[in-house]
Amino acid sequence: MFRFILNRLIYAVPTMLVMIVACFVLMHVAPGGPFTSERPLPPQVLANIEARYGLDQPYWKQLWDYIANIVLRFDFGPSFQYKDRDVNDVIAQGFPITLTYGVLSFIAATTIGISLGLLAALRQNTLADYLAVGFSFVAQVLPNFVMGPILILIFTLHLGWLPGGGWYGGQWQYLIMPVIALSTSYMASIARITRSSMLEVLNSNFIRTAKAKGLPTHRIVVQHALKPAMLPVVSYLSPVFVYVITGSVFVDIYFSTGGLGQAYVNSALNRDYSVLLGTTILYGGLTIFFNLVTDLLYAWLDPKIRY
Amino acid sequence: MAVLDISQLDVRFDTPDGQIHAVRGVNLTIEAGECLGVVGESGSGKSQSFLAAMGLLARNGTAKGSVKLDGQEILNLPIGQLNALRGQSMTMIFQDPLTALTPHLRIGEQMAEVLSVHAGINGRAARSRSLEWLDKVRMPDAARRLGQFPHELSGGQRQRVMIAMAMLMQPRLLIADEPTTALDVTVQAEILDLMADLQRSENTAIALITHDMGVVARMCDRIEVMRHGSYVESGKADDIFYHPQHTYTRTLLDAMPRLDTPVAPPSRQTTPPIMTAKGIKVHFPIRLPGGLFGRRGVVRAVDGVDLEIRAGETLGLVGESGCGKSTLARALLQLIPTTAGQVTWMGKTLTNRRAAELKSCRQDLQIVFQDPVASLDPRMTIAASIAEPLLTHEPDLSPDARRGKVRDMLERVGLDHAMQNRYPHELSGGQNQRVGIARAMITRPKMIVCDEAVSALDVSVQAQILELLKDLRREFDMSMIFISHDLSVVREVADRIMVLYLGRPVEIAPRDQIFDHAQHPYTQSLISAVPVPDPRAERSRTRLKLPGELPSVMTQGSQLRFLPSRAEQLEYEPALQEVSPGHWVAEHDPIDTILAPEQIR
Amino acid sequence: MAFAANAPSVAKGRSLWGDARIRYLRNRAAVLASCVLVLLIAFVLIGPVFAQYSIEEIDWGIMGQAAELGKPTLANGHFFGADDLGRDLYARTLQGTTTSLMVGLIGASVALVVGTAYGAIAGYVGGRTDNIMMRIVDILMAIPSTLVIILLMVIFERSLIMIFIGLGLTGWLTMSRVVRGQTLSLMQREFVEAARASGVSDVMIIWRHILPNLLGVVIVYASILVPEMILAESFISFLGLGVQEPNTSLGALIAEGAGTMAYGTLWQLMIPLSFFMLTILCMFFIGDGLRDALDPKDR
Repeated sequence: MFRFILNRLIYAVPTMLVMIVACFVLMHVAPGGPFTSERPLPPQVLANIEARYGLDQPYWKQLWDYIANIVLRFDFGPSFQYKDRDVNDVIAQGFPITLTYGVLSFIAATTIGISLGLLAALRQNTLADYLAVGFSFVAQVLPNFVMGPILILIFTLHLGWLPGGGWYGGQWQYLIMPVIALSTSYMASIARITRSSMLEVLNSNFIRTAKAKGLPTHRIVVQHALKPAMLPVVSYLSPVFVYVITGSVFVDIYFSTGGLGQAYVNSALNRDYSVLLGTTILYGGLTIFFNLVTDLLYAWLDPKIRY
Repeated sequence: MAVLDISQLDVRFDTPDGQIHAVRGVNLTIEAGECLGVVGESGSGKSQSFLAAMGLLARNGTAKGSVKLDGQEILNLPIGQLNALRGQSMTMIFQDPLTALTPHLRIGEQMAEVLSVHAGINGRAARSRSLEWLDKVRMPDAARRLGQFPHELSGGQRQRVMIAMAMLMQPRLLIADEPTTALDVTVQAEILDLMADLQRSENTAIALITHDMGVVARMCDRIEVMRHGSYVESGKADDIFYHPQHTYTRTLLDAMPRLDTPVAPPSRQTTPPIMTAKGIKVHFPIRLPGGLFGRRGVVRAVDGVDLEIRAGETLGLVGESGCGKSTLARALLQLIPTTAGQVTWMGKTLTNRRAAELKSCRQDLQIVFQDPVASLDPRMTIAASIAEPLLTHEPDLSPDARRGKVRDMLERVGLDHAMQNRYPHELSGGQNQRVGIARAMITRPKMIVCDEAVSALDVSVQAQILELLKDLRREFDMSMIFISHDLSVVREVADRIMVLYLGRPVEIAPRDQIFDHAQHPYTQSLISAVPVPDPRAERSRTRLKLPGELPSVMTQGSQLRFLPSRAEQLEYEPALQEVSPGHWVAEHDPIDTILAPEQIR
Repeated sequence: MAFAANAPSVAKGRSLWGDARIRYLRNRAAVLASCVLVLLIAFVLIGPVFAQYSIEEIDWGIMGQAAELGKPTLANGHFFGADDLGRDLYARTLQGTTTSLMVGLIGASVALVVGTAYGAIAGYVGGRTDNIMMRIVDILMAIPSTLVIILLMVIFERSLIMIFIGLGLTGWLTMSRVVRGQTLSLMQREFVEAARASGVSDVMIIWRHILPNLLGVVIVYASILVPEMILAESFISFLGLGVQEPNTSLGALIAEGAGTMAYGTLWQLMIPLSFFMLTILCMFFIGDGLRDALDPKDR
């Protein structure tokens, strides 16, 4: 198992490097730099600024310094936009918020989604199944940016139960709507995947053997069917995690939660390349990390996968 | 009182295409300690009646009638009451041991839960009971198996686990659904022996569901012959075999190729060779666990084969799964690259040529595959499939002429030309195999390879296809390489036979020489393992059993299994020696040395 | 275990496509969804003829008083009402739906062509080439796709073309993986070996045997891709990074409507939202029907 983890980590390094280089190159082929604004700066001032951020160096030197700083000091450099802030400060401010509601949404999507899917599969062609299938079909067309307005409409404007936005240290009233908005459609997808994979497993030969052994149904489901039925679900978890984390872009704007997504969109609109690059790399790193976790889960579920 | 008493059992399935009446009012009884054989071809409903009894029908199935276990009605019992019986008084083992065990649970866990559920035995007691039964089914290295996962075991070992698990509670009835169909013939022999022993020692009633008359002859006291959902004939084994009443039973028995009946003498052997192969090796690189990125290993699928095929001759290639017979055939046709060696076809070297250079030879070298459905493109009509080689080799042919040729060939292989616009999924297995043969024959090849061409077919269809192949061979005067794991089938068609063992030939001889005077212990054990559809002969036959499991090609020194005297020389390669004209045998130790107990590893 | 029935013999050949069509037509939800989608497309194509205003025309009489005067009505020609600037929501919703449908179809087509070609080549060639090609896909997949598109939109000009490029760039990855897997399993099938044994060239094998057999899976995945593309575009437009004014898309309209819903102009949200959900719902049902029809294993 240790060797397997090491192996995956070794593959993750070039992936990470390629991603950094690709982003870096993209930034530099982009027309217009961060300091080209409507009101052109005097050349002397521009040169000073560029020197300060190291933009007058040759590209390869900039790239090298950038990578070295990230790898050696976990330092993404200064923000191009805010004079007194580093990219690290921006991340440190927004990331905990994003992570809080992201993880909560992820947990909600997986636990409720899997439960619904299992319920539907085990009660196939009953009312419970139809309700679960119906819910998951409708919920799939409710992506976060659609869910958000609907929730606010109902709970804030109509019923007046919940505040329409803000964070305030993550009190529960402020968490509910972002989490529901982020998790609903993924919950639905997970429920659908769980249902169909569970149904397939329940039709397999080894379940027939288990029945022939006279095992009670709950034991068959828990001991024999659950693990193999989770395989397709697990491979969908890593995309869901990514969606939930990147979905923060929407949540921050809509619910004013002030997470990393806010910083991302601001930097995108302001061409604050260093923040943009830093957050993209952070997101990418998280993705790679989560892929690794998924691989490990996979190996745990399926004994045939032992690298 | 009978252990199992089925009366007027009806099974129906609701499908989108309407209702299917799979079992039509079947009656049967099984007494304690008796083995009842239920024989029939695929789709006859022979499994469904027992699945219904066990409450294991698919969701869309319904059963009516009565099934009594020890006098208690069990058909359509609520699942809770049924569970008290399943695994306890009646158990079932299935055809495919690969998928019948839960992949992520250890063998020990799967066995222990039966004891826990039915007898409340847990922990160490359950373990020792499981171990005891693994020993009883003669599982090698039983203690270690408890901690292993199913995929770490061979097919035969998995089936042993299934049997041990089924026997844990010493059930009154064991239902075995094609228990040996997926296994090699030597493994099959061992599993059947094991079941017969258990039947005697535990007084268990066995219902043996199979398509193989040979298996029935070896095992069963009474037989039910099933066709289209009903029993057409039932009676004592000897009566069924020696005095069959129903025409269907007779057809089944006649269609079954058997080792103990005379066959036509082999064809002439004096023609010049048209294909020669020297020192053929096919090695596949594989990745083994270990090291950071895995170690590199080599599978020696074919490891040094010489052969020649004369014009008009049929060479049989025989061996168990993994012996490299299919790989060898593909290497001869240059469908896969050879690692070493040379193949010559009518004076031309085939090895190491580019695809374009081989194209002209492909017209004369064709192949027929095992799985009739998989070998046809599902999105092409059968006429298009048959015509494809013509498009390549006779591109100038007018569409009309091409259609004419396809039509003629369809009729030649016994298919109505009105079928030409059908798709493979609309035809039966036998019809599809006729299409496969027509495609191979359309360019009038000089040699065809039949790779297990009849293995997937029911016996009655198998006999027809064999007849067709023999006719075509005579008519087109072609050579044939006939690959099969089934010795009795090979005996029907082959002039000469090569027995392969782990990628190497162990014996090559004219057909009758192999069957009457086999020299190599492996050949002898293969022949003695083939069941003969003759109960009296089966009872009196003695079998040569080789100890241990078939080693893997990956194991170093596996080629020395029959030469233990040289076991220290890991690189030693047993040489072929000519014992009589045309009869070559690989170097081996006397049989007693091989069977000596200290040689069992 | 399915019970093997002897299929009743049919006189005429029925291809797998024919079977698939019959299965699809049996799926009522999918048929209904197809009809609704056709109607929707027809509406989007014909509807602009009846529009009383263009997408950018500002009705000065309504501007600033949208809540009172901009309600959907037949009287003043604003069938779907007007937005806060006094622009006609009927024309804008039609255009937004067109944009979304186009993004879905073109984006999915780009992904389909690139993904199929890439996956089929990797699978057919195999060996080291396959290994390298798939590792590249792995790396690209590790980068969140929405971020890639946002990045592209920020760095280059914001335009519909750029959205297509962005969606195409990220959408083909899964497709190529699926196609490669299918190709590999098809290569193992005996009918491909039979074709090779009779001397059919590689190109012809891919053309005559591999591609037709891939088509089913490819269509199924493409039908799943379409709503995904629409969702992604809407998301980006919602953030204000997508289509540029005065052009619009459903995502942008939903964003505008959501921004003003507190002021009693609910129709500004609900109308584009209904169009959006109707489109996506239809696409999902159609995709589901196609999967059931073309991929019998999945049932």
